[in-house]
Amino acid sequence: MGKWPKPAEGSWTEHYPELGTGPVSFRDSTSPEFYEMEREAIFKRAWLNVGRVEELPRVGSYFTKEIDAAKVSVIVVKGKEEKIRAFYNVCRHRGNKLVWNDFPNEEVKGACRQFTCKYHGWRYDLDGALTFVQQPNEFFDLDSAEYGLSPVHCDLWNGFIFINLDREPRQSLREFLGPMITGLDDYPFEKLTERYDFVAHNNSNWKIFADAFQEYYHVPSLHPQQVPSEVRQPNVGFECAHFQIDGPHRLVSTAGTRRWLMAPEYMYPIERATRSGLVGPWRTPETHLPAGLNPGGIESWGISNFQIFPNLEILIYGGWYLLYRYWPTSHNTHKFEAYTAFHPARSVRERIEHEVAAVVLKEFALQDAGMLGGTQAALETGIVDEFPLNDQEILVRHLHKVVVDWVDKYQREQTPVGAAR
Amino acid sequence: MSAARLPSAFAELERYAEIWCLPTEAERWNRRMDTSMLAMREFYEAFSPRLEEAIDYCDKFPLDDVPDDALNLLHLIYSMVMVSMAVEVFGQPKPTDSGDAVIDRVGEPVP
Repeated sequence: MGKWPKPAEGSWTEHYPELGTGPVSFRDSTSPEFYEMEREAIFKRAWLNVGRVEELPRVGSYFTKEIDAAKVSVIVVKGKEEKIRAFYNVCRHRGNKLVWNDFPNEEVKGACRQFTCKYHGWRYDLDGALTFVQQPNEFFDLDSAEYGLSPVHCDLWNGFIFINLDREPRQSLREFLGPMITGLDDYPFEKLTERYDFVAHNNSNWKIFADAFQEYYHVPSLHPQQVPSEVRQPNVGFECAHFQIDGPHRLVSTAGTRRWLMAPEYMYPIERATRSGLVGPWRTPETHLPAGLNPGGIESWGISNFQIFPNLEILIYGGWYLLYRYWPTSHNTHKFEAYTAFHPARSVRERIEHEVAAVVLKEFALQDAGMLGGTQAALETGIVDEFPLNDQEILVRHLHKVVVDWVDKYQREQTPVGAAR
Repeated sequence: MSAARLPSAFAELERYAEIWCLPTEAERWNRRMDTSMLAMREFYEAFSPRLEEAIDYCDKFPLDDVPDDALNLLHLIYSMVMVSMAVEVFGQPKPTDSGDAVIDRVGEPVP
């Protein structure tokens, strides 16, 4: 008998009958052919988070984003009237990459008044309009209005910048996010601007890594060090208090005893000295927590982990949050971006608390990253392809189902009506 | 003897300052990977009894105006956090089971 009530159907998984309860295949994470379809079906169709508005502080601020999965580079820039726009990073004259420094595949950021192509000096303003052509008289009926930068659909939600690489997005950003995610409309992300940023290149499919952060069943086994050895209990599982699914997106909430209310032996000495640790600073400034943060109404609520399709995770601890993005670079590699975000420290002590939380995050994420190379290697042998997932792993089941569903839908659309498949 | 790096109240930690007063996480991480557990335990044992006092000392200054010696002490505290992961949590320099994984911190506030 578990600690937390399950839905009337008897399990979280059966509460969402479309998920089924049978074994799951991970061929979607080992097949190069499947990855090629994911690129079209998912990364060129879904809204993708590429940053936060704070990364573009003033008119002229820009950054580029290399989206390998869609084989594109995108410029995101704050233009006139503070409007944030996105463009394909391609000069309209001869196709040179417009914005880059020494290495064409490296992302860059900065501030400028206009973009100038290094090759023949064509210039574009911050709104993407072509404003200067060298020796225009040499061209044949060149209408510069026709040669502005190719726009990318770009929209904002609560300060997060999203782009959509579809010719015409099938849904607005808000429709795509749906009510569960937009339940965070009032969460004050804009106040949590003190960031510690991380990047890793991992040897696993992007979904295999995402899976490690959407179930906590693995925590006692892979991360036993989260509990000091003196008080560590063998064979103690981990049970989440609430799971929820909304369209392609997922949520898990856990209950949490406030770490500083636990007996001192349950903490490491460094945590007691700094008043920070695994779950972050023990105390954070007053932070508005909207009802949507804890849709299961869990008492006492610990964290909520929002898995936003396809490759974004926002994990909110109350007065701070962390964010992960998984950018595939091949069928079995991905670039992992992560950051922790806090209220700006008001004192040295608060800064130390943030440092501790940022250090601890990396320690345990390294355990996940280290092991998943092994998972990927074993999955690729293809020896086993039916994996039983338990109720605590419902979100793993859901991600792989949604990915396969999107790919299936894409394939059906590519097949002419009446044609044999 | 070279000039003192730390506030005089923390003079006994001076011999660790040269090794562990490192302003960035990348430097602290690399130093941890390159240092024996024996040496890290020694630093840890020496600093542990003074750690809370050191935090209080640095906390007297506004974040944007920490004098050089206190800034060195703050960097030493950050190294203590780094080393405590090896000493208290894993009992080895690298996190257990982290294999060949690498995660780089590419952005952080100063100090």
